[in-house]
Amino acid sequence: MSDDEEVQDAGFDDWLDAAEDGEAYYLECPEGHGSLPPRRVCPDCGATDLDERELPDTGEIETFTVTHVPTPAFEDDAPYATAIANFGPVRVTGQVVGIDLETIENGLEVTIDVAVSETTDERVVAFEPAEQ
Amino acid sequence: MSNVRVAGTGLTPFGNTPERTSRDLFAEATVAAFEDSGVPREDVEALFYGNFMGELSEHQGHQGPLMAEAAGVQAPATRYEAACASSGTAVRDAVVRIRNGEADVVLVGGAERMTNLGTAGATEALAIAADDLWEVRAGMTFPGAYALMAQAYFEEFGGEHEDLAHIAVKNHENALNNEKAQYQSAIDVEDVLEAPQVSSPLGLYDSCPISDGAAALVLTSEEYAEDHDLDAPVAITGTGQGGDRLALHDRDHLARSPAAREAGEEAYADAGVSAADVDLAEVHDCFTIAEVLALEALDIEQVGEGISAAREGRTTADGETPINLSGGLKAKGHPVGATGASQIAEVTKLLAGDHPNSEHVPDATTGVAHNAGGTVASATVHVLEEVGR
Ligand SMILES: [Zn+2]
Repeated sequence: MSDDEEVQDAGFDDWLDAAEDGEAYYLECPEGHGSLPPRRVCPDCGATDLDERELPDTGEIETFTVTHVPTPAFEDDAPYATAIANFGPVRVTGQVVGIDLETIENGLEVTIDVAVSETTDERVVAFEPAEQ
Repeated sequence: MSNVRVAGTGLTPFGNTPERTSRDLFAEATVAAFEDSGVPREDVEALFYGNFMGELSEHQGHQGPLMAEAAGVQAPATRYEAACASSGTAVRDAVVRIRNGEADVVLVGGAERMTNLGTAGATEALAIAADDLWEVRAGMTFPGAYALMAQAYFEEFGGEHEDLAHIAVKNHENALNNEKAQYQSAIDVEDVLEAPQVSSPLGLYDSCPISDGAAALVLTSEEYAEDHDLDAPVAITGTGQGGDRLALHDRDHLARSPAAREAGEEAYADAGVSAADVDLAEVHDCFTIAEVLALEALDIEQVGEGISAAREGRTTADGETPINLSGGLKAKGHPVGATGASQIAEVTKLLAGDHPNSEHVPDATTGVAHNAGGTVASATVHVLEEVGR
């Protein structure tokens, strides 16, 4: 978080840009291993020819927690829910938004969203309950 | 493979001393370790030093030479950083260096100054052990990461917060007569269940405290110990290290710690022992759920059964395999960079009969130390055995 605000993190911020446009993606190697950018080498098999593939529209929450004691970068956001959602080829960690924190449960179907931290105005990977 | 003797151990009190610099803490630990060992400082051929957050807490990089100077040794020094497993990795490389015959005496240890950062600052500093882009920027904290693992564990294997509470109660009980421990106070299950939530399902009493402290060990070759007639009845007979993807979401399994399993299997094979031979262990209980994952990775408990070990008395001081007789990170404290080395010090004293809790394990000959970094993307396991005075 010490980066100058003007400086982007290539790969990561590009992914957030794409996610904001509803075009979140993952990287796939010829063996079918999925991973998240920035990445030049498949962490599973070492393949170097990675292609961008469209992330499935919905993922499923595998585990979640409601954080009451945040880092300073999220002090105005707490309490907030963090979850790991499985999108098939990759899992993603994000903040669960647009839902009462009490009602979050494993198995909840979510879509990728990009929220903004109330504390820092920085972009945050987020999950929203999928339309039923 | 020749054994490596633990010739001397030294610990500072672990606790809340925000004004003390890490160089001062480490110096105190080394003075105690040298006194305990009977080894002269001039025989030290290398210092391996573990520290995690010195840049953030003290604006201090390049700590190796600084700590050699603080310890009064003229030897090349290297800092090891592997988050909470920093000094576990330092111990491992010290063991390897001695076994290789490249050194007879190595000073190893670690220190951490944390409480000067305050709770928010220390929470931020601990979080940098996670993937900054994909975890920290999503708001994941260190307790939050273990909460995600705890929730995944409950989902897969069952169990509830009350099971975890028994781990905290046990570790506080074990620390009652450990004068170096941060908390020497008993708690009960209700205290744990009613404590403020940190990151659900984990509360304040599921979490280790923020701590300042240091640990030091003087390790020697077997030959050096014999030639110098050292009183060093405990040897490190097995060492192992495992690694995993940094981000929790990239692991094959959210409720297991394969890096620790890999480290444990390697250390057991190295020592020629199995889990059934383990009489006691110090494991990395930064959060109550972490003790469960550690016991399962070490095969001390079957996968899915570690959750009930404390509640059913298998890991209490008078149980089959006492775990964290020092009080563990939970009650002894967790000055991150010192923890791995401090576990070796505790196991050494327990096996040698020099520990306040040795009375619970009079016949113990084999102990294990399990040190984990982050959400166990790094792990070291060491097997220690009593080889006699
Ligand atoms: Zn691959």
